[in-house]
Amino acid sequence: MGTMRPLKVRNHFHQAKWDEELIFELHKPGEVGVAVAPVEKGITEKVKGVAALPPSMVRTKAPGLPEVGQMRVLKHFLRLSQQTLGADFTVDIGQGTCTMKYSPKINDVLASSPKMARLHPLQDGRTVQGLLQVMHELDLYLREISGMDAFSMQPASGSAAILGMVSMIQAYHASRGEAETRDEIITTIFSHPSDAAAAAVKGYKVITLMQGEDGLPTVEDLKKVVGPRTAGLLITNPEDTGIFNPQIREFTRLVHEAGGLCGYDQANLNGIMAITRAREAGFDMCFFNLHKTFSTPHGCGGPAGGALGVVQHLRDFLPRPLVVKENGVYRLDSDLKHSIGKLRAFCGTAQVQLRAYTWIRALGAEGLKEAAEIAVLNNNYLLKKITRIKGASAPYAVGRRRIEQVRYSWEQLHRDTGVTTEEIAVRMADFGMHLWSSHHPFIVPQPFTIEPTESYSREELDEYVGVLEQISKEAYTEPETVKTAPHRSVCHHIHHDDFDDPRRWAITWRLYQRKHSARP
Amino acid sequence: MTVQARRAHPYIPNSEPGTKAAMLAEIGAASMDELYADIPESLRFRGTLNIPEALPAEAQLKRTLERIMARNTSCEEATSFLGAGCYNHYVPAICDEITRRAEFLTAYAGEPYEDFGRFQALWEYESLMAELLDMDICNVPTFDWFQAASTALRMAGRYTDRPVALIAGNISPDRLAAIRNYCEPVMRLELLGWDPATGLMDLADLRAKLNGQVAAVYFENPGYLGFLETQGQAIADLTHAQGSLLVVGADPNSLGLLTPPSQYGADLVCGDIQTLGNHMHFGGGMGGFIATRDEEKLVMEYPSRLFGISTTDVPGEYGFGDVAYDRTSFAHREKGKEFVGTATALHGIAAAVYLSLMGPVGMKDLGEHILQKAQYLAQGLASLRGVKLGLNAPYYKEFVVDFNGTGRSVAEINEALLKAGIFGGKDLSGEFPALGQSALWAVTELVSREEIDRAIDVLAAFLGGK
Repeated sequence: MGTMRPLKVRNHFHQAKWDEELIFELHKPGEVGVAVAPVEKGITEKVKGVAALPPSMVRTKAPGLPEVGQMRVLKHFLRLSQQTLGADFTVDIGQGTCTMKYSPKINDVLASSPKMARLHPLQDGRTVQGLLQVMHELDLYLREISGMDAFSMQPASGSAAILGMVSMIQAYHASRGEAETRDEIITTIFSHPSDAAAAAVKGYKVITLMQGEDGLPTVEDLKKVVGPRTAGLLITNPEDTGIFNPQIREFTRLVHEAGGLCGYDQANLNGIMAITRAREAGFDMCFFNLHKTFSTPHGCGGPAGGALGVVQHLRDFLPRPLVVKENGVYRLDSDLKHSIGKLRAFCGTAQVQLRAYTWIRALGAEGLKEAAEIAVLNNNYLLKKITRIKGASAPYAVGRRRIEQVRYSWEQLHRDTGVTTEEIAVRMADFGMHLWSSHHPFIVPQPFTIEPTESYSREELDEYVGVLEQISKEAYTEPETVKTAPHRSVCHHIHHDDFDDPRRWAITWRLYQRKHSARP
Repeated sequence: MTVQARRAHPYIPNSEPGTKAAMLAEIGAASMDELYADIPESLRFRGTLNIPEALPAEAQLKRTLERIMARNTSCEEATSFLGAGCYNHYVPAICDEITRRAEFLTAYAGEPYEDFGRFQALWEYESLMAELLDMDICNVPTFDWFQAASTALRMAGRYTDRPVALIAGNISPDRLAAIRNYCEPVMRLELLGWDPATGLMDLADLRAKLNGQVAAVYFENPGYLGFLETQGQAIADLTHAQGSLLVVGADPNSLGLLTPPSQYGADLVCGDIQTLGNHMHFGGGMGGFIATRDEEKLVMEYPSRLFGISTTDVPGEYGFGDVAYDRTSFAHREKGKEFVGTATALHGIAAAVYLSLMGPVGMKDLGEHILQKAQYLAQGLASLRGVKLGLNAPYYKEFVVDFNGTGRSVAEINEALLKAGIFGGKDLSGEFPALGQSALWAVTELVSREEIDRAIDVLAAFLGGK
């Protein structure tokens, strides 16, 4: 008792390396992974079967799928899984903006139950009262967290929820006969790329505010662009720098004054849950990522969930249906006068919503606030430790606290040693760690973004810093070690030229066979 | 300090008071509030959220949730004839085994050096889909068929630099709503007429509406109402003659048996992979695919991730990575192609496992099994007094049942079935009022002959005989 774990850098880590074949290379004619039963007796003789189809609709050449026995298929994908660094295996704080927190296993158990997995979305509402209750109460909890008045869980991701916000902004102005004249969306350079991209999908001209000296967009810049053509503002706060914009109320006021709506991209909610809300900041709508703040697993890139919330006068613009409760009974309500229609099939990713709901129930009101506070504590703890590492810095707002993440820079280290942030990111893999290489826009030189969340212990945070320190040291003393990484990964340095050359890109097995000779 | 007072929440190790105090001291902060100094007091939420008390004990949490979810009746307990875009197919145990692996379940956006297996599995998914669809290229999954169709049409719009999409007039109204929201106002949609007797597209109307403004013609096969669109080649010829692209939505589950749309002229094929090894999850199991040929100009219009295979510094070793990443909104914000982000990758991995297990033989066997079951069900229904099939056209696993002659509404019929533990087909009276009291019935390999016979018996009793 009372002993402290010594700081450990995993110098002997090596990722699993099976030298596994491609699934097509396992093909052996006649093998099969699962058998399909013939129809029961008494059917075939009564029906026409394939003879009922016009010959042109019957496939003549079988698809070129591989034929592989069951155990070999299992082994193949198990090996591929072992060659993947899931968040459960690492200190996954290097994917800043992604909020890689712990996804509790009990939530997966519940989501796998037939009572969730085997529900059809068009079942009579009386047969899905349990799930509708979960969806409705999740809506109520998110209203509390945001101050908004209604949520749709239909968007399948943060980007889809952003599209939902833009669509509602457009539908709102259309309902007032101003869709044509209000053709501009304002966003900021440190907001998520999809804020700009989704606005463009809906035909908007995108105006991007650049950061001021403290890393934040300025009221002065906003004043220069806001006006009668403004349809709305899409903004993150804190942005990916982790700096909270204290002027946010003035931003929303100015946009409202010009007749626009304000949409809050709350991908970065985690540090401010129960601390500050969309409503008090003057927003008309917001969204949360259920797969970030609300713990649901990222699944290699989805399924995910985007919860889209609005103030009362915009409720009718939400995608249909919403879950309502009347006389103790839950039902789906599609009677929304101005609804933008559908963003996703049915009611979104219900299994994700169930997990998010369960996570909120595990934490309660106090726990949500504590999660936010500890995420911020962890972040500022790392800020102090990382800025002590040789060659690392945290641009903007020096000396100020950050919320849930920080965009750091290896600029000094790069200048001193020539080692780049991409090379450091690759070297991290040698320690069973991950440092994301995507920090768009690349305004901060040699960027890396760390978001510790509340999930990791102090010792694990120290371990991550220890690895960064060791790699910094390597960059200064033996840069080749970093530049030639990875050394302990599944594969070695990958040749990227093939990916951008249409004559050589091989997006599928058939293109690979066509364009490249088979592996010796 | 008591043991109780020092207890941390299981999910938040540093909430342990000693650790918390030490870390605050380390960063020189007197309190948590000091860390939020940038948030003006006027924006601070000082109330208490109206959220139920925490359930930190897992046993209690599980019991609470199981009690709530016990109020659901699953398609394992009932007999379901519901489809309309989401289907109760069998999910092999290995699909679940793989998608529940913590490595895949909790990975996200690593590079191939950490997530080699994720890249290979999704590259194999793209490759297996390409074989099934008989096309060169398939993307890493997008959200669902709604999104896949929407994006395929936007791709066609950019490829042809034309603003109009012609859409089969009897596609799912929900899918149409999503496509409309996604494509307008940048593109304009026009609906095509259809033959109420068969569901097939009105080619005269297509001819009349095709012109130099049309980027794409879109139909689905099988159609939303279950019928097979047998005029695929004719539609393709008319479309191509105007320099437009043909986009076809398809159920990949049918393609061991049915002709893939690329073989009758589709330039882009889209659809949903829920039917390939993914549970329904109340519609949360959906995942979209978009496939096309290997033409640079078309490939460069994808907004999605496209994984490619490559070589490494070690001869004979495979590497994987993003093909033409520069297309994406990650790289170019509003100047990129639409937007990209988290979608449904895990459903793609499930589909890869499913297609690897099934192989060409399994997919063909499955198609034939479902076709026969559907025909058996249709015959049984059509034998009932006042009941007939709504469309005179071949179908795969789903078809319109016309109850207008029974004197009963679909709502009444489905109520009688529900009392017997049977989920009847989707009521179409709201979406297609012209069809009157009709329903869309679907069957999969999971519905047994006994269940079909029983449903027919229940209906016969309710409707007054065969």
